Amino acid sequence: MALLAWILHNFWALLVILLLALVGLRIAWRFHKYGATRAELSYILRRSPFYLVVLTFCFFAAAPFLIMFMHTFKTDGDLYRRPQPFIFRQEPTIEHLDALFNNTAYLDFIRNSVVVGIAVVVITLALSLPAAYALARLTGPWGERAGMLMFLVYLVPPTLLFIPMFRIVVLLGLKDNPMALVVVYPSFTVPFSMWLLSGFFKAVPPELEEAALVDGYNRVEAFLRVVLPLSLPGIISTIVFTFTLTLHEFIYGLVFIADTSQRTLSVGVPTELILGDVYFWQPLLAAALIIAIPVGLAYNLFLDSLVQGFTMGAVKG
Amino acid sequence: MTRLALPAFPLDNRRFVGLLFLAPALLYILLLVGFPFLLAIAFGFSDVTVGNTDLNFVGLQNYLAVWENDIFRQVFETTIRFTLISQIFILIFANILAIIFTQDFTGKWFARFIFILPWATPVSLAMIGWLWMLDTKYSPIDYLLLQTGFLGPNGILSNNRNLFWLATPDLSQISVIFVQVWRMTPLATVILMAGLSSIPTDILDQAEVDGSRFMRTLLQIKLPLILPIMVIALLFSMITMFGDMTVVYVLTRGGPVDYTRVLGLYSFQVGIEGGNLAQGAAISLFAFPLLLAMAIFMLRTASRAEVQ
Repeated sequence: MALLAWILHNFWALLVILLLALVGLRIAWRFHKYGATRAELSYILRRSPFYLVVLTFCFFAAAPFLIMFMHTFKTDGDLYRRPQPFIFRQEPTIEHLDALFNNTAYLDFIRNSVVVGIAVVVITLALSLPAAYALARLTGPWGERAGMLMFLVYLVPPTLLFIPMFRIVVLLGLKDNPMALVVVYPSFTVPFSMWLLSGFFKAVPPELEEAALVDGYNRVEAFLRVVLPLSLPGIISTIVFTFTLTLHEFIYGLVFIADTSQRTLSVGVPTELILGDVYFWQPLLAAALIIAIPVGLAYNLFLDSLVQGFTMGAVKG
Repeated sequence: MTRLALPAFPLDNRRFVGLLFLAPALLYILLLVGFPFLLAIAFGFSDVTVGNTDLNFVGLQNYLAVWENDIFRQVFETTIRFTLISQIFILIFANILAIIFTQDFTGKWFARFIFILPWATPVSLAMIGWLWMLDTKYSPIDYLLLQTGFLGPNGILSNNRNLFWLATPDLSQISVIFVQVWRMTPLATVILMAGLSSIPTDILDQAEVDGSRFMRTLLQIKLPLILPIMVIALLFSMITMFGDMTVVYVLTRGGPVDYTRVLGLYSFQVGIEGGNLAQGAAISLFAFPLLLAMAIFMLRTASRAEVQ
């Protein structure tokens, strides 16, 4: 706690020092490796505008998140009286984090989102794994047409469909039940993951399946025992991105579910932590940041894989 | 083996297995997207509300009422304006960033994490951050401008202590466009990265052997080669933006007055909040021909560019 307070009090100074230290270390390392010559110095100078551009973009991307981080720990007095957003004039506090987890339905939102996400991922994989393989290998021209149709379906925005969907959900008796989302979300996760997975399947050498067929496997077995294990990294990244798609979805979640304890994260946080005109700013900003960081890390970990799937699926499709 | 007991022949047939594999997904999608879509059209021709669920045929009444509505026209115009203006900036930034992130440099992993955050964060949660950044009274941006003399008494921009980002007509529109660009640039960047990394390395090697410098390789080889994928990126972000209501729902609820009301939000406000399902459906359907035309035009452009 004392450490956290110290970090927060010196937040910007620490950020700048850390950045400078990293740059210094990097230059020192280059000098150590290639010698502190004039050529090396001019190389570093030539590279520096590039890093400035990167830094500028990073700053714009990160600004709201840095503010979220600082404000999570501000007391009400520090936040509203004589606003000074960039420094702490009162001691940092974790009472708002405490309130977020203990006095709000935040944990319910997380639970609902995770349950819905996992259920949707299971349905999506069950439907799209075989379908993507069919698109990649088994079907000829009409399969390509079906693939194109899927792509167009993915582009139909939820704002076009939420009104009839709402009617259907009410008729099925699923209003205010997260199961409604489990039924509806595959309408966009299936086309998305089919498209991505068929890219990964195309990357598997066809000779391996042919060898399996020669060995006496049938088509289904060849798919299950040869293609699936080889595409495991692609499948994992598809799982990650399907899950986050459900985490992002807002409109269906907003329209289908009005009951606070049944809402998902993306809907619950901005609607339930704001009561009329009263914004609970610190818990709100904390709630957003707590989700943003892990999802960002997951995206970064699986980005190369996503790019690869895109490349095979779209570019060489 | 049990395999012998099964009718092995159909499972060896490529077309049969292909159909078997594709059918469940196709059926689910047709049921889940096709049916509601037809229902949306039917709603548009009816007088259905949240309270009254009978589908009485009322002809073109809803569509005519929507089309003659001044608010709808303004909303439609705003949606198109937001979409087009933001695409220009998204394409510029995405191209720069895609070139940056397909190179190797120190700290790339961390820089990529930061740059991807706006896209990775669920939209509605990221908007909470911007709601605070653009707050009427406590905006940190206003604070910086105040300290640097752009705001406050004798300020360059305004004599006020605040700019009221989300409360004045022009600034609220600029804010929404800025935030859309902020959150959608990473998506376009990732698609462009896929395009850039798919350029065969022998072409680039040959260019290097021939003495082509960085800018020349970029302008004469890389950009023309990824043109089709750029169209795909544009298509993705245009359609996402055209159908989005989350950003304005959290930031402005369409205000001040109607200045940031977009089609999706308007259809939500009329159909769900106002309870007039029929008119809400009619409003969102007006977007469909435009979206379809956009998609077909761009996919054709992309495939034509690919052939050459």
